[in-house]
Amino acid sequence: MKILVCIKQVPDMESRFKINGAGNWYDTAALAWRMNEYDEYAVEQAVQLKEQVGTGELVVFSIGPERVKEAMKKALAMGADRGVHVPDEQSHERDPFEIAAIIAAYARNENFDIIFTGMQSQDRGSAQVGVLVAEMLGIPSVSTIVAFERDNGGVKVKRELEGGLKAVVKTDLPALFTCQLGLNTPRYPTLPNIMKAKKKEIATRAAGDLYQGDALAVTEKMSFPEKRTGGLVLEGEPADLAGRLIGILKEKTTVFK
Amino acid sequence: MKALLVGEYRQGKLLDGTYETIAFAQKLGAEAVLFAAGSEADPPRFDGKVYLADAAQCGEYNPALHVKLLQEVVSQENPDLVVLCHSSYGWDLAPRLALALKAAQVSEVVDYADGAFVLPACNAKLRRQVRPKSKVAVVTLQSGAFNLSGEPTGNPQVEKVAGTVEEGMSFVGYEAAEKGGVDLSRAEIIVTAGRGIGKPENVALIESLANALGGEMGASRPVVDAGWVDHSRQVGSTGQVVSPKVYVACGVSGAIQHISGMKKSGFVVAINKDKGAPIGEVADVLVVADVLQLAPALISALQEGEASRAAG
Ligand SMILES: Cc1cc2nc3c(=O)[nH]c(=O)nc-3n(C[C@H](O)[C@H](O)[C@H](O)COP(=O)(O)OP(=O)(O)OC[C@H]3O[C@@H](n4cnc5c(N)ncnc54)[C@H](O)[C@@H]3O)c2cc1C
Repeated sequence: MKILVCIKQVPDMESRFKINGAGNWYDTAALAWRMNEYDEYAVEQAVQLKEQVGTGELVVFSIGPERVKEAMKKALAMGADRGVHVPDEQSHERDPFEIAAIIAAYARNENFDIIFTGMQSQDRGSAQVGVLVAEMLGIPSVSTIVAFERDNGGVKVKRELEGGLKAVVKTDLPALFTCQLGLNTPRYPTLPNIMKAKKKEIATRAAGDLYQGDALAVTEKMSFPEKRTGGLVLEGEPADLAGRLIGILKEKTTVFK
Repeated sequence: MKALLVGEYRQGKLLDGTYETIAFAQKLGAEAVLFAAGSEADPPRFDGKVYLADAAQCGEYNPALHVKLLQEVVSQENPDLVVLCHSSYGWDLAPRLALALKAAQVSEVVDYADGAFVLPACNAKLRRQVRPKSKVAVVTLQSGAFNLSGEPTGNPQVEKVAGTVEEGMSFVGYEAAEKGGVDLSRAEIIVTAGRGIGKPENVALIESLANALGGEMGASRPVVDAGWVDHSRQVGSTGQVVSPKVYVACGVSGAIQHISGMKKSGFVVAINKDKGAPIGEVADVLVVADVLQLAPALISALQEGEASRAAG
């Protein structure tokens, strides 16, 4: 079985963000980077599937600056066999359509049986790329999966809906799945696997060789949300904070006397 | 401007989000028609044309067929915008439809100004303004961002649509969350454990704080998915919607899917070591602190209070 997993590198969401000089993205200097959380579930599912099947190949794919190879190396250490990197310093200026077009152009002639992506990235949250890739390739896709099992040559998955409800969906292969929190628990790469991953190949493909069209939407501006006023901010030592908070609860609410 | 709104049915019932698409069209001053795969028994209250596919035939979840039906409606109506909810139905359908229409898709819209859409980025710490370049744009709306000012009214003029497609994918059925566990909707005080508590061993600390405050413990989704806390305690869009008098969020960042489950709370306290955490936006009090230090201090202060009252 040939499996593709598409990943993105994103900043740690607890960072203190600044706006870049062009005013259209966050400043990428001085941020801590990691693999997009939803992609970790995708990588784990891909590795588990390869382990179950026992044969085949698992390729990890990522678009972005040189640093995204760090996230790819983590995927390799988790169990992917090799990587394909599309170097692109300006990948943040591409819209989901262009990103999907690059991935689809790469995947088109590789005959993957299964493609996994995260359901969305943590920085943009567009939730489009996976589904777009599948549509471009003309294969079925199921978004936001929280359970995955093989089923008579096809696959049976659960999609997460609102309010605790799930939808059970069956599909033939090839197919694409976008992965959601709760699908699995991503493994931590072990030291021997980190060492082994260093020897795994990361090939390079030029974005321009894969896709040359235009974006369908542009990010014109990035800004900070207006701060809601009125909320109180308490800072200080724990014991003092505890006393102040209890005082406020007694004064402002009816449930404490 | 003309908008094609896409309504949403689940298990035969129209979902409230459908009315948010109507509110959005009103805000834009757009002429609107509606499409839904639903049931004639429960049509949307809407003054205008509704293209209704029968969910019994077309399925509530059958993306390829819904895209085909929508494409037909688009070619009849020529809208400038197609509007869906940013929900499990909407985010699954929107990219498929956008590609079929060669349209830009813009996800999780919270506002519209000067021809551009405003969306959250980086867990709502930032805002992004996006302008579609295509003739028609497909947008999904963040849940709760656009609300009708009054009760929805109106009688639709229903036009039936139907079709079939071959698909390599089939919907088997729904599966409900396991029943039982805790009904947080009745709790007056909820103390929620977020991923910021760090490890499962610290759940007991949050439970003690909930006890000391006389409330129930809630949890954010990662804490539930990791198996630290039972699913029946999950607050949010895929968990429970709660409205306690006091909500204390411990180590919760404030993602929209969490906020949508607790925004009806009376008084919100957030304990977070990151002063910039988005939960601060909805909190009446943001306590900037390590919850692992503050919770024990709170518990002992509350117990001392008890003791002095008992002695007093
Ligand atoms: C379709 C969908 C549905 C979802 N449904 C839900 C849902 O129903 N409910 C839900 O909760 N989420 C839901 N989510 C997930 C949601 O997007 C967030 O990932 C989740 O709410 C984050 O949980 P958290 O705030 O606990 O963790 P994080 O976002 O990881 O935040 C942890 C916070 O803890 C703080 N922190 C860290 N250490 C400490 C410390 N020692 N003391 C104090 N603060 C600390 C950090 O500053 C940070 O703000 C859903 C997501 C999707 C895509």
